[in-house]
Formats: sequence, C-alpha cells, structure tokens
Amino acid sequence: MRGDAPPCQVQVPGSLGEALLLMGQEPGRWRPLAGGTDLMVPFAAGRLEATRFLSLQRLDELRAIEVEPGTITFGTLVTYSQVRQHGAVQRHLPNLVQSAKVTGAVAIQNRGTLGGNLANGSPAADSPPSLLAYGAEVELASVRGVRWVPYEAFHTGYKRTAMAADELLTRIRVTVPAPGFHFYRKVGTRAAQAVAKICLAAFARVEDGIVREFRVGLGSVAPTPVRARSVEAAILGRSLDDLPVRAAREALLADIAPIDDIRSTARYRRTVAGNVLAQMLAELAGSNGDPQSFCQPQ
Amino acid sequence: MIEFSKGGPAMKAEGIGFSVPRREGPEKVTGVARYVADRIQDGGIFGVTVRSRVAHGRIKGIRFGPGIPWEEFTVVTARDILAQGWDNRVASIEPDQPFLAEEFINHAEEPILLLGHADRTLLERARRAVTVDVEELPAVLDLDQALACASLVGGKGNLFKEFRIELGDPADIWARAAHVVEGEYLTGAQEQLYIETNGMQAEVAPGDPAAVTVRGSLQCPYYVHAALTALFRLPPGQVRVLQMATGGAFGGKEDYPSIIAGHAALLAWKAGRPVTLVYDREEDMAATTKRHPSRSRLRTAFDAEGALLAMSSDFVLDAGAYTTLSPVVLSRGALHALSAYRCPHVRIHARAVATHSPPNGAFRGFGAPQSLFAMERHMDIAAARMGLDPVELRRRNLLRLGDRMATGQVVTEDLDLEGLMDRALADLDYEGKRAAFARHNAGPSPVKKGVGLSLFMHGCGFTGSGEQHLASVTGVATTASGLVRVLAAATEMGQGKETVFTQIVSEALGIPNDLVELAEADTREVPNSGPTVASRSTMVVGRLVQDAALGLKRMLIQERCLEEPYDAEGFRTAVARAHARAGGLTCSTEYRQPPNLSWDEVNYRGDAYPTYAWACYGVEVSVDTVTWEVKVEDFVARQEVGRVINPVLAAGQIEGGVTQGLGWALWEKVELDQGRMINNQMTNYIVPTAMDLPRIRVYFEENNPYALGPGGAKGLGELPMDGPAPAVLNAIQDALGVLALREVPLTPERLLEAMEAEHEPG
Amino acid sequence: MNQGEMRLEVTVNGVPRTVAAYPMARLLDVLRDGLGLVGTKEGCGEGECGACSVIMDGKLVNSCLVPAVQAQGAQILTIEGLAQGGSLTRLQQAFVTCNGAQCGFCTPGMVLAAADLLRRCPDPSEAEIREGLAGNICRCTGYVKIVDAVRQAGAPPVRP
Repeated sequence: MRGDAPPCQVQVPGSLGEALLLMGQEPGRWRPLAGGTDLMVPFAAGRLEATRFLSLQRLDELRAIEVEPGTITFGTLVTYSQVRQHGAVQRHLPNLVQSAKVTGAVAIQNRGTLGGNLANGSPAADSPPSLLAYGAEVELASVRGVRWVPYEAFHTGYKRTAMAADELLTRIRVTVPAPGFHFYRKVGTRAAQAVAKICLAAFARVEDGIVREFRVGLGSVAPTPVRARSVEAAILGRSLDDLPVRAAREALLADIAPIDDIRSTARYRRTVAGNVLAQMLAELAGSNGDPQSFCQPQ
Repeated sequence: MIEFSKGGPAMKAEGIGFSVPRREGPEKVTGVARYVADRIQDGGIFGVTVRSRVAHGRIKGIRFGPGIPWEEFTVVTARDILAQGWDNRVASIEPDQPFLAEEFINHAEEPILLLGHADRTLLERARRAVTVDVEELPAVLDLDQALACASLVGGKGNLFKEFRIELGDPADIWARAAHVVEGEYLTGAQEQLYIETNGMQAEVAPGDPAAVTVRGSLQCPYYVHAALTALFRLPPGQVRVLQMATGGAFGGKEDYPSIIAGHAALLAWKAGRPVTLVYDREEDMAATTKRHPSRSRLRTAFDAEGALLAMSSDFVLDAGAYTTLSPVVLSRGALHALSAYRCPHVRIHARAVATHSPPNGAFRGFGAPQSLFAMERHMDIAAARMGLDPVELRRRNLLRLGDRMATGQVVTEDLDLEGLMDRALADLDYEGKRAAFARHNAGPSPVKKGVGLSLFMHGCGFTGSGEQHLASVTGVATTASGLVRVLAAATEMGQGKETVFTQIVSEALGIPNDLVELAEADTREVPNSGPTVASRSTMVVGRLVQDAALGLKRMLIQERCLEEPYDAEGFRTAVARAHARAGGLTCSTEYRQPPNLSWDEVNYRGDAYPTYAWACYGVEVSVDTVTWEVKVEDFVARQEVGRVINPVLAAGQIEGGVTQGLGWALWEKVELDQGRMINNQMTNYIVPTAMDLPRIRVYFEENNPYALGPGGAKGLGELPMDGPAPAVLNAIQDALGVLALREVPLTPERLLEAMEAEHEPG
Repeated sequence: MNQGEMRLEVTVNGVPRTVAAYPMARLLDVLRDGLGLVGTKEGCGEGECGACSVIMDGKLVNSCLVPAVQAQGAQILTIEGLAQGGSLTRLQQAFVTCNGAQCGFCTPGMVLAAADLLRRCPDPSEAEIREGLAGNICRCTGYVKIVDAVRQAGAPPVRP
C-alpha cells in the first residue's frame, strides 16, 4: 500500500520560528512530521486522516543532545541511533539507551525520533517508561512562547497529549540521576522489530540500605505510559533487606489497566508486569545499594 | 565436509555431491532478478479485487460510490464471465470455487468484482468506494458446528473428503492393554509469508480464438495453464504461462495463482490492455490460502514394556469454504499420523471439514506437520504417564526393515532409525543436558531449561498413484551453441532447482556445468513435469531429467555425432553438429510408476509413497518463568535423505524449514474474526528475526539411497517442517514438567494459561 | 509535473537525478516507479520486513517509510549501486558462495543492511551480525547462511 499522496500538502519550514508561525496561523491544521516511522505506517494503509504535514527536516537546531551539569537535553529530532551512540547518555541514562536499542531495529532507529515518538502518544512506545523512571520534562513551544511540562503530565489519554493545537514538542530534558540502580525490561512479541507487550523501567537511589529515590515507569499496560505511584509508595523509604514484594505487586494492580488486544491478553500483561516488577525488586535487593544497571534483553 | 567449488568458469564437471554456488545467485544479490511487480507493461493498467467482508450471505447489489470517475474504470463481475459462456469455476480437484462470487458469498475474503485503472492511487480509492450490499446469513465457523451439519457449507455433509486407514483390528485391545493414553492436539493456521506477495500479469490478444499470456509469481505453470484453458474454454495452445522470479512460495503459490491469473486475464480481456495485479501484504495475508488448522484426537494402547499395540486417530482439518487442495492435504496428514512407528492395529479417521472461512491450502509439509505434531507430542506425554523415558519409548517402537506401516506398506529400506536417533541425541548432548538441567531446574533460577526430540518421516513425491496421474514429462535438448538444454516445468523459488538439475545433468553426462542450460518455466517452451510441490522436484523430476540427458547422449551416439570417450570440447562440438544437422534433437522422458508399487485409492491401502526421508530433531530450550518466553538455545536437525546433491543448498532447505517450523511452534498465531485473519500485518503476525533463533545445526545421512532418485536422492523440501513443533513442546515439558501442552503456536500467553491450569487447586 | 508534485533532487548511486514526485510519495515508489530502480523491493509497506532498505546519507533506512520530501538533497545507495562495472563486491560474492540468498526477494535489503553493518563494525561477532540484520526478515534461509556470508565478507569499502 502506498497511501494517497496526491492530495497531500507539505510545508518545510527553514527554522523553528517559521514552523511555529505556521502552526500558530492555522492551529491543528498542519500535522508535524519528524522521522515518519510512526506516521507513514497508517498513512500508507490509508488510515491517516491528515493530509497537511509540516516536515521538521530542516530544523537542525532540534537535532542536538546537550549535556550540561545535572541535565541532558534532547532535541525533538534526536534519533534512537543518536541516543544509543552518545557517550554521556550511555554513562548516565542506560535505561534510555536500552529503550532505543530495543526500538524496532537499525533502520527504524536511524529515522525514528524521540520527540516524534512521544508526540505520537502510543502507550506501547519503548522510551516513555525510561523517561518516566528518570523524571523528564518536555518543552512545548508555540508563537505564544515556551513552557515546560513534567513528562508524567504529558500523556493525557489514549494517543492524546497535553500539547495545544499550535504547539510543537521541541526538547526533552532529563535530570542526570545520582549514581543508582537502573532497570529496564521490554517484553516484546519477539527479540527485535517488536511492539512491547509490557515494558518496565525503574530508577532507585539507595543510601545506607534505604531506598531514598524510586521511580517506576510502565508501557503497554494502560491507555498511556504510566508512573506506578502506588508501587513507588510501597517501596520508598524501605530497607533493601525488607522490600515488600507482595505488597508492591498488589499495589501495581492499582496503577495499571491492561487490556486484551491483538498482541496479548490482559491476564498475561497483569501477571507478567507483576513478575517483572518482582524481578526488578529482586535485582534491587541484590544490588546492596551499589550503582548498577540491569537491562533485558541483553 | 562440504566441498566448495573453486570459482571461475567451470571447465570441470561438478555433479552430485558438490556445493556448487547457485547459478541463480548473482542476479539475486545485484537486484537484477525480475519479479512480477518489477516488470513494466507498455500501456498497461493495474487491477485490484473487491472482496466480501462478510463470512456468509447473499449479494443483493453492488454500489459504486461518489467522487470516483467510474467511466475510466474497467469493471469485471461474475456476470461478465457467464455472459461470455465461460466457466466461472476454478479448475481444481473439485471445481466448486468461483473466480468471482455469483449470488452467494461463502467466506469473508471472497472476490466479488475486479477493478482496473492506470492510476494505482485512484484504484485504491475506488476499491474503498465500492459497497457490496449483502443479506447476511449465519456463518458456520466452528469445526464441531460444521460436523453437526445443521447448516450446510459445502462438500457432502460439510465434508470435502473423508476416508479411513485401517490395519488389524484394535477393538479388543483397549480393554486389555496395560496402558491407554488419550489426548487432543490442536494446531493453528499458518501464513506462508513469502516476502514477495502474490502477483500476476496478463495480456489478452483478441481473436477467435483469443490468446492469453500470463506471467508472474507461481509454483506450477501448468496448474495456471489448466485453470485458464478451463475458464476461457480455450485450446491449450492459446494459453501461455511463464514463471517470473518468485520471491518465496512454500505452497502458498501452488493453487492461488490460478485465481489471480484468471482475474488479471479477465481484466485484460475487458480493458483491452495488459494488466498487473499484485496483492499488497494485508490482502495477501487475509485472502490467500494458509496451512489448515487441525485437531487430532489420539488414543494409543501400550503393553507393559511400552510397545505400541493400537493407535486410533480422529484427524480433522478445517478446509475453509471450498475444496481446493484439502483432499490431498488430508491424505498426506493421515498417512503421517502414526509417525515412524510400528503398530499392528491402526484406525485413522480423516475428515476435511467445510467452514465459511477463506479456503486453506498448501504449506510446506501439507498436512504432515499437523498430524506429526500430534503423534510426536503424544509420545512424550504417554512416556511420562507410563514412567518411561521418551527416548526409550521411541526406541521400542521404531520402524525397521520388514515392518508394516499404517497402510500396510512394508518398509523395504534397511532402516537404522535407532542409530539416527542416537546420533541426533549425541549431537545435542541430550542425555548430558537432561541430567544437568534437572539439577539446574531444582535451583532458584527463574529460567528453566529442557531438551526434547521428535522422530518422524516425510513421504517423498505425490501420494499413492498421484505421480502416475501426473504423468510428468521432461526433456533434454541440443542447442545451436553446443549446450544441452533442460526442459522441465519445475520452478525455481529459492531452493536452487536450476543448480541441482545442472549438477544432475553434469553428473550423468560427465560434462562441465557450464554446458548445461535450463529453459525458463514457460508452458510454450517446456513440457508438463508436474507441479513444484510434494518434495518431488529433485527425486522425481530430477530423475526424469537425468534419464533424458542419458537418452540424449544415446541419440547423439546413434546419430554418429558423438563417440565415447569424449571431453568437454568434443561433447560441445557434437551437440552443435547434431543441432545443425537434425534441426535439434530432444530426448523426452515420461514418468513410469515403478512396477513394485501398488496403491488402493479407495481403501487407502498399499504403498503410500515410493520412499521416505527419515529424521530425528533435537532442541534445547530455556523458559523464562518471569515472562513465559521460550528461547531456543540449540537445534539439531539430523536426517537420512538418500543422497545429497548439493550440501550447501540442502542445508539451506533444512535451516529455512526448521525456522518456519519453530515460527509455527512459538510465534505465528493467526487471529481470526468471522473466519478471517485480522492480524494481517507483519507487525502483528510474528515470524522469527535473525535475533530470535540460534544456528540450526544440520546433519545429513545417506545410508539408504533411493534407487530411483538421481544419484540415490530422496526429497527433502518439506521434511524440516515436520519436526520442530513437537520437539520444542517436548523440550518445554522437560523444562517445566507440565504435560498439558497440546497446542501450537504455544505463545507465552498460552503457556502462562497452561501453567496456571496445571497448578490450580482442586 | 502534476499539480502538487515537487521537483526532487537526489543523488542515487553516485548519479544526480531529478524526478517529479508528490511530497508524501514513498521514497520506495520514487526509486522504483520514478527512477526505474526496481532492485529495491516492497515486502510489507509498513517498515517491518526491511525488503525496502536503502542507505540514505550513510544510514540504513526503510524507504517505504521515508516521504519523498524528506529525501530532498539526499545521497542514496540502492542495491544497484553496489556492484560496479559488472563485478560483485566481496559481500555480494560471499552471499552467492555461502547460499545467503534463496528466493532473493529480501536479498537487496539484506545485502545493504549487511554493508551498513560492516561499515560501522568491520569485524562483527555473530550476535552483532544478528542485531544488525534484525530488521530484515528472511523467510527462506533461517538466517544461518546469511550470517555466514557476512562473516566471510569482512570489511569491504562501501561507496557513498
């Protein structure tokens, strides 16, 4: 299938300012087009309503990864390949690197962008759980100015985001975590080129054997990527010797709402999300508070 | 050791046994090979098919929506076919399937009308703008519902075929036997997923009679030829079918291309222009044939030592809405239901059931993977029930020289299945791993490990008198340049047929491979050597080609063009001279049924196959009990195949077939709604990537050469499909101790359910 | 040029080409229909199978997912651009010798994916090869002989 190309219009602004101006003039009329790896699929199948696109290809200012003391900021057009190859990201944000590694395969990673993926709003995307685990903010820009939104408030419903009709997601800023425990596991339909059935990312900072910081992000178990707040509450402040795994598993059920779909079942997702959570907590307990990173598949 | 030919122009003969690089290779790796979608037709248009979305109903009307310049379109319906006095039934074992639906719809992908236009984008818009008004009728989609017959779908009492295979009489055995084990085994549909979708091109030259030429992606040029001569009621000489480079087939392009060819030709006739009709992936997956889903209800009786006393199988296939190839798939499935065991009392009841789903069809293995899955899985469950080792249970029951198979066929090969099995187990280090894993699994790791095996055979060539009915013909001819030309309708689709035939001729005549050329699979150029299916191309057609080559040599000698001994130069000169003088010499051969074979088609007794390839496959798995994902860690495929013509190509067939078998076992679930496949995208129909599987380790044995095969070769194309699924589930049983695994694909979701059911209290 | 079409300027296999294309036409169709380079194949149209892989500005991409507008000014290498002057590259020869191509339909994309891998990683391990080729589905080979071919090929230079 090739999609209905003739009626489509595409604007290719030369600068961010130009792009925002166009979006400001006709809010909601121009669909931003980043790498195309999400949009081109329904477009080719004739399932995309949009016929007017705003290609971001010339906005080189949005392709950078900026490292500053305490933060790493990704331009919206940063590709998964860039994420994988960047030294500072490898050192400080292993969950994000792993999520990029398990996104599709090489050809997808070369074109797919972080911003495009977030804006697409799929609950099954691989990067959101890691961004939730690290705590991120996203910059939304328009002719009216810029605002920063905590990433966990970005997804408002199934494939819906906090972006106004004239806004573009321009940057994603992640706070560099203190040395700690990183965990990422994607359970896909197969080892590569797979949509996630469950995805869990976590970050913990342990001091004197007590969990001082703890964030858990999950994908494919709710209409949006979710922070598992009940789980975090159950674990925060607890000792590594005494992590309440059973209570955490039960708490997880309050944080997720998995469904049956074409790829998997609610029952499987519920059980396996709990199992992966337990696996993560076991790894955390076994870490003895030493900084480490556990990613699966290898 | 594999012998690699040393590049360069081959002025030496590299016949049977050499790993000659494929002559078809260079055009594939340079992108030069031309598949149907690559070919531009001057003045051509494109075609699409408008299909039903309803499983069963009566067509009330067809509406053409607004916004489309319909006057520019070519439209073909069943009415066009009937108005011309043509035959709207697709030639088949039982011609019950229409090219285009007339009044009734019988499955949710049934073709209703065809549209043609030069603009592909407009064509797609037009397809969506057609509405077929249907009075929906209740659809029969469930096997038991179909068997209960309250509502008729097709065939006789909703059966397209039914027969029984009987040996001895098990009636009194069940009560007396030390052990009786029963089980029900289910296998799901499987999509062939050739990377090139189906497609055909057609040109119709008007006239009385008209001339129809089609070319495209196909396995059996003469099947398509027969379908078109029947459709248009044309004499054979007025239809020409050519195979283009075909990007994978595996049975999925055995019969369906006849429908597409008919559609393309109908559009070409009506438009007065050449037509290209290529399916996109979604349409191909949902509408074309798939592996038959199956249900096997097995019952086996064993004595106290584990010897098989009796076996009964109720073997049912879901055929879909029309007959197509279901009778022969059923046949092969039933004939493999007992696997490679000796059993004095057998009752196999086989039925192909009609349902309102898209017709199922050929997929590598053709019924045997389904029935072998059941028996090979059953053996492990039975072993566990009886407290026996699954290897031991097999050892006690393996076929030997002189044993009778289920149809009464006597094993005439001096088989060493025990040795084959032991060697395969050694390849895998089965015993060592079994012991080590038992210790490992008792420990704390959430990853459980296991090993499993399957032991089986695959009948080579057409079943029973099938080859006799085909009456295949091949030829080897002289050419002006002094090369010899092979004339056969066998199609190249990746298996390396051209190279293998070259090697056979090179061996027979003692000439360099470069002196052999092959005619294209064009019905105008080659005789009907039968379809490229049933693991027959090397063994049956290759043998005919060998005989034709030898026959040509005799003719050359008789014509005094050639004297023995000769060298390459001498041979080439002789051929050129004979060609110039006699206007070309051809030696033709026709298949003759070996006199020692006899088959009773009515009672299903006798020699079901002329020979069998035998195999033992072993697999090591690890099961992650966190996610219930199964990882294949090691796979051993060891088979006895008579003679290996080209070791690298043969290994490639096994590796590819095993991978498809593993896909079927663990990932390839077809999700159905109203009988129709709804996960018909490659995102949602999961086949293995390079990261999903380890190396498949392949070992060949040549202990029992088949006297009538070229160089002793048996067929091996389908064999590798039969072994992986039961071996994997047997390995998972070993890893987890759970017996209730009786269905493929065994997805993680199903495995979790099975585990939860096994551990449910009460 | 039809209304709505753009003037697309790309360098394909080292040769500057100009072709009319709708901005949202797939690069795959521009290559096949617009430029007559039919070596690049369509297997699925959804970026899953990799049969449509080409190398764009030095990176492996699925051409069925690249809108024409985003190929403006790009350097593209298709399978036709590998073998120059009729002789196969070492990688292509390895595919032939090792039987890495059966039906051949996934092969153009697979060979380019392998070429891309070898450029980034000249002496890859089996695991690295399998990861590099994970986006290219083959239904015929089971990947064994493909991996063998890539191993054998070593590190040929890849022309831009």
